[in-house]
Amino acid sequence: MENEKCVNCAEKKLQDETRELLQKHEKRKDGLIKILEEVQSKYGYIPKVSQLEISEYLDIPLAEIYGVITFYSRFTLKPKGKYNVSICLGTACFVKGSKEILQSAKEKLGIDEGETTTDGKFSLDTTRCIGACGLAPVFTINDEVYGNSTVKKFNEVLDEYIKKD
Amino acid sequence: MKKTIDEIEKIRWERRSDLDLRVNRNTPNTQRHILVCNGTGCTSSKSPKIMEKLEQLIKEKNIENVRVIKTGCFGLCSKGPILIVRPEDTFYSLVKIEDCDEIINSHILGGQIVQRLLTKDLNGNIVNKLDELPFYKKQKRIVLKNCGLINPEDIEEYIAFDGYKALIKVLSSMSRDEVVEEVSKSGLRGRGGAGFPTGKKWSFVKAEEENQKYVVCNADEGDPGAFMDRSVLEGDPHTIIEAMTIAGYAIGANQGYIYVRAEYPIAVKRLEIAIKQARDYGLLGQNILNTEFSFDIDIRLGAGAFVCGEETALLESIEGKRGQPRLKPPYPAHSGLWGKPTLINNVETYANITQIILNGSEWYSSIGTETSKGTKVFALGGNVNNVGLVEVPMGTTLREIIYDIGGGIPNGREFKAAQTGGPSGGCIPKQYLDTQIDYESLKAIGSMMGSGGLIVMDDTKCMVNIAKFYLEFTVSESCGKCTPCRIGTKRMLEILEKICDGRGNEHDIEKLKVLADSIVKSSVCGLGQTAPNPVLSTMKYFMDEYEEHVKDHKCKAKECKNLTQIEIDPEKCKGCDLCKKSCPVQAISGEIREIHTIDQNKCIKCRTCLQACPFKAIH
Amino acid sequence: MIKLTIDNIPVEVQEGTTILEAARLVNINIPTLCFLKDINEYGNCRMCIVEVEGRNNFATSCIQKCEEGMVVHTHTKKVMDARKMVLDLTLSNHHKDCLTCVRSGNCELQKLAIQYNVKEIEYAGEQSEHTVDDKSPSIVRDFNKCVLCKRCVATCKNVQDIGAIEATNRGFESCISTACDASLNDVDCTFCGQCIMSCPVGALREKDSTEEVWKMIHNPELFTIVQTAPAVRVALGEEFGYPIGTNVKGKMVTALRRLGFDKIFDTNTGADFTIMEEANEFVERISNGGTMPMMTSCCPAWVRFAEKNYPDLLEHLSSCKSPHQMFGGVLKSYYAKVNNIDPAKIRVISVMPCIAKKFERTREEMESDNIRDVDSVITTRELARMIKQHDIEFSELEETEFDNPMGEASGAAAIFGVTGGVMEAALRTAADVLEGKDLGRIDYEAVRGKEGIKKATVTVAGKEIKIVVASSLKNARIIMEEIRNGKADYDFVEIMACPGGCIMGGGQPIKSSKQRATIDIHKLRSDSIYTIDEKSTFRKSHQNPAIIKIYDEFLKKPCGELAHKYLHTEYKEEPKYNI
Repeated sequence: MENEKCVNCAEKKLQDETRELLQKHEKRKDGLIKILEEVQSKYGYIPKVSQLEISEYLDIPLAEIYGVITFYSRFTLKPKGKYNVSICLGTACFVKGSKEILQSAKEKLGIDEGETTTDGKFSLDTTRCIGACGLAPVFTINDEVYGNSTVKKFNEVLDEYIKKD
Repeated sequence: MKKTIDEIEKIRWERRSDLDLRVNRNTPNTQRHILVCNGTGCTSSKSPKIMEKLEQLIKEKNIENVRVIKTGCFGLCSKGPILIVRPEDTFYSLVKIEDCDEIINSHILGGQIVQRLLTKDLNGNIVNKLDELPFYKKQKRIVLKNCGLINPEDIEEYIAFDGYKALIKVLSSMSRDEVVEEVSKSGLRGRGGAGFPTGKKWSFVKAEEENQKYVVCNADEGDPGAFMDRSVLEGDPHTIIEAMTIAGYAIGANQGYIYVRAEYPIAVKRLEIAIKQARDYGLLGQNILNTEFSFDIDIRLGAGAFVCGEETALLESIEGKRGQPRLKPPYPAHSGLWGKPTLINNVETYANITQIILNGSEWYSSIGTETSKGTKVFALGGNVNNVGLVEVPMGTTLREIIYDIGGGIPNGREFKAAQTGGPSGGCIPKQYLDTQIDYESLKAIGSMMGSGGLIVMDDTKCMVNIAKFYLEFTVSESCGKCTPCRIGTKRMLEILEKICDGRGNEHDIEKLKVLADSIVKSSVCGLGQTAPNPVLSTMKYFMDEYEEHVKDHKCKAKECKNLTQIEIDPEKCKGCDLCKKSCPVQAISGEIREIHTIDQNKCIKCRTCLQACPFKAIH
Repeated sequence: MIKLTIDNIPVEVQEGTTILEAARLVNINIPTLCFLKDINEYGNCRMCIVEVEGRNNFATSCIQKCEEGMVVHTHTKKVMDARKMVLDLTLSNHHKDCLTCVRSGNCELQKLAIQYNVKEIEYAGEQSEHTVDDKSPSIVRDFNKCVLCKRCVATCKNVQDIGAIEATNRGFESCISTACDASLNDVDCTFCGQCIMSCPVGALREKDSTEEVWKMIHNPELFTIVQTAPAVRVALGEEFGYPIGTNVKGKMVTALRRLGFDKIFDTNTGADFTIMEEANEFVERISNGGTMPMMTSCCPAWVRFAEKNYPDLLEHLSSCKSPHQMFGGVLKSYYAKVNNIDPAKIRVISVMPCIAKKFERTREEMESDNIRDVDSVITTRELARMIKQHDIEFSELEETEFDNPMGEASGAAAIFGVTGGVMEAALRTAADVLEGKDLGRIDYEAVRGKEGIKKATVTVAGKEIKIVVASSLKNARIIMEEIRNGKADYDFVEIMACPGGCIMGGGQPIKSSKQRATIDIHKLRSDSIYTIDEKSTFRKSHQNPAIIKIYDEFLKKPCGELAHKYLHTEYKEEPKYNI
């Protein structure tokens, strides 16, 4: 029972926060992507509760919102890990071996692209060019960019994060 | 507060000294500007920290005649972080925070250039000045004129560097027809890829009789490996705002939208700042510069869908929907955003407008080739020494770009192919290195201009694998609307995977070709229609590699793992047993001090043994 | 006028005509898959591509407007090859279990595959795998058969303004799905079934109830009563090759008898009860200041829509159950008593043009004395399947009548099957009740026809009554918004969820895209319905002797205590999403 209550509390909080965020936006359907972008950056994903609130506020069917979320690759439905490891697979990085780094990341973290480790610490993503082609191959962990990388360098960096909390 | 034309001109006059110091470099005074690149590349390698450090040192040491200027991209990204000291034009590359003390003490205070931070040309000679770098010598900067030169977050610097001069000219002395005419005569063509004449597009939208029209800037630079538009937005956002405003005046629109990828946070931030400043100065909004003309711009964020670079998909996305292309006709010029006439150009196209207005169409059309005027910006990447952003006149050859500007192929490898046009383009082989680049010539050799990604590949690259890479991209970016693209590209990828895995046969090559041709002809939008290009062009020039994969089950570039074998050279093996111990699948056998062998059936090609062998006997 | 040539035939067409339409004018057929006239015109599937001289790529004939001087080729080798490729690719990601598919024989994809001589799938590869959603009592959604034509999405969004389904994900992963991939049961779907009607393949279908009905028939312990809705008789024949709209009542009754039902009754009698109750409820509301306007409640998709979207306006809905539920209630009470049958052993099976009725039957409140009103609902399509399963040569059947004493129904009941029919039937009775005498007037032309919203004012007993008839949920929403915003001054509102009413219901025979574009199906079926009305002995419900008898013997008076127990119901707010 206690737990159930807490779940409701968390949902209520999300609901309130989403409503607050929505107040800053006009009720215009073309504002949907901007709103989703804000929710995504606030929570690292787009919670169901928020989707319901947005649907209500903008008067857009929930299925349509879901359709938009699943269309754009920046939007996710599941929370990301504390550390989001992202490997650039843009052409410049690919030509310089970023696939090998991705392979190594998968092995080391034991997860596939788009997944999060069971402890919620790491998630793994790929991106299509972050525009740092001059530093190819590039990977990022949260906002930190690591350029001119190699599998070895990647493993070293990752080890540092594994040691962290 | 809103400014009048006279007040803008006054700002320009007052801030002239900046221009003199940085561009003309002939000021007799003792002022110095340290320009620090704050583009995405250099920011990733900590240039903002370097700026902070420099400012802190200047403050501590009470140095008065030096200013640190945050600028956009200088272009030579692989050498970042980059610092330029003007007026002397010293070019410091690969600068670290620890170097700041020395730069201030030795150069700024002591007048001694820090030699070890200067860059070297290919012959190993130290280059003192930016102008002397071969990388810049063959470039002609129109689009990138202000990139790396001005502070993109300071509207007054932009004004000082001839900013909003074109808008003033248009509003005070040109009719709407004259503006369209000038753009038409310049010969400017869309830089987004297909090269549609820009003036024609403007005249179509202008001709529409409708009260509500829109101007849209396509800044959804989706081509992986291209960052031209990002650099312009980061380095010179006002030029886009000014050009869109001119376009709004010319076609009769009062609202503009810039659709920019959310993956470009710096560009978004600088655009936001620039739009706010422009509004404050009365350069956007109601009655611009006290004229009858009103125009405003909003930013819309792309959320990670390559297809949104397609103009009708982009419109859908601006409207808040899934970015799926609409069928054309009707074209956006007739029925675009919310069904209204809409002018869509990309960033680089707009970045030419102010220069055309200021210098005239004759000047502009004197640059370039017969059919393609002006310059083109390329994001030069891949296996080339100087990775970065280059702007060259149309008609420059690939060889000039790759060897003269790009400094050639690193590690003594051979050039194999250059890829232009991204996932919609094709691979250009060695025999076309001397092709003069323009829209028509690239199309003739099975590629396309595209938005300007130029990826150089050396001889370690397998072209079948490259084709597969692009198809992977297209498959994951296909919007799913039409059958040929949604299922067809997936089937193409499956065939390519089969070939790269060594399971292919000759029939697969034929199947691939038939399917590719069909997708080109029957897909709804440009993404689908061009998706097979990387396959078709590699088939055209590198058929031998496809055949080698399916007939001999070999990959000479050794990129396709299932087609390569890891073997122990019996001549070099000393029987140390280290490889055997390192093998995770027990594929290696052999007694100590005897020659070891690899069981190919067990080997998973993980290459661990290669690193374990102290005698380089495994390859 | 615009002149062009199609396959060397000169054609002259109005401006705005598409190549597809122009070709049809000169009897040239261009295949389509995703095209659904006026509803889904996006050119996704690429089957309708044609060659236009002077163009590099194919033109999309379902969208491309004719232009002066155009030279079109519809069946060149290039076009045929490209279409075959599109088909090959479509089939490569389609569960090809045609043998066991409910749409076999009436599948637009299957037809194309045969037509284009597809013998094997050249480009076979990975197939998407999805779990089948069969949680709801009405609809089964099997994405494995979906060809992503989006006809269902457009229907749900553009025709019904619901948007319960939408394209999700992208590329090869593209799907048609619901919010958060939930079951249709748990989202804003109303079970109108219009998506099924627009699906070219078997990706959307009704939840099959034929097996449970066979079990009831074959159980000797049970007394099975089947009832058929007014719209079924004018459509069932289509499944056996009869022209659209043919009234096959007599053969249908014979067939039902052959299937083994113990009694065959007409839901029209149930509709007569509905009119008795609804007309009197209306009179009561208008006389005693009840909540106005009163809205009809016989369409379960509309009721579900109202409960999910307008919980604040549920007071407006008539408390009347729908005809088949009322009839079920009467059968298990009055009829059981009179004939001395244990109501617990009676099974009422309704044959309906509707799939929402399958859901309606399961609603908790649809019972009296702990006995369910109705035990199973099958659609017109399912009935046709049962008849075929029983090896009955439908066209050879003799014609017989419904069982008495319940078989006799009024013409007013018959027109329940079309939009405006309930309103007209109710007015026939309400006018007589209000005036206190039998008025000559029978026909209310203003509420006939298939327009989505029909408004009229009728004068009854010196009173002006404002009426509005809406069909499709999009139009329902328009009316509801007017009411919610206080901009409506209607007295009586009829709403049907399916555009055109029950004759176009989600349980009716499925028509191809081409049939829908070229034949006025609604007109053919509704003409047939109005003919039934005209030929009826009694045109008004309250004049139906069977009805008079049951009120005399059992229910006593309309809207009375017993009537409320067996014939009325209540509504409650439903969460829009249960996810």
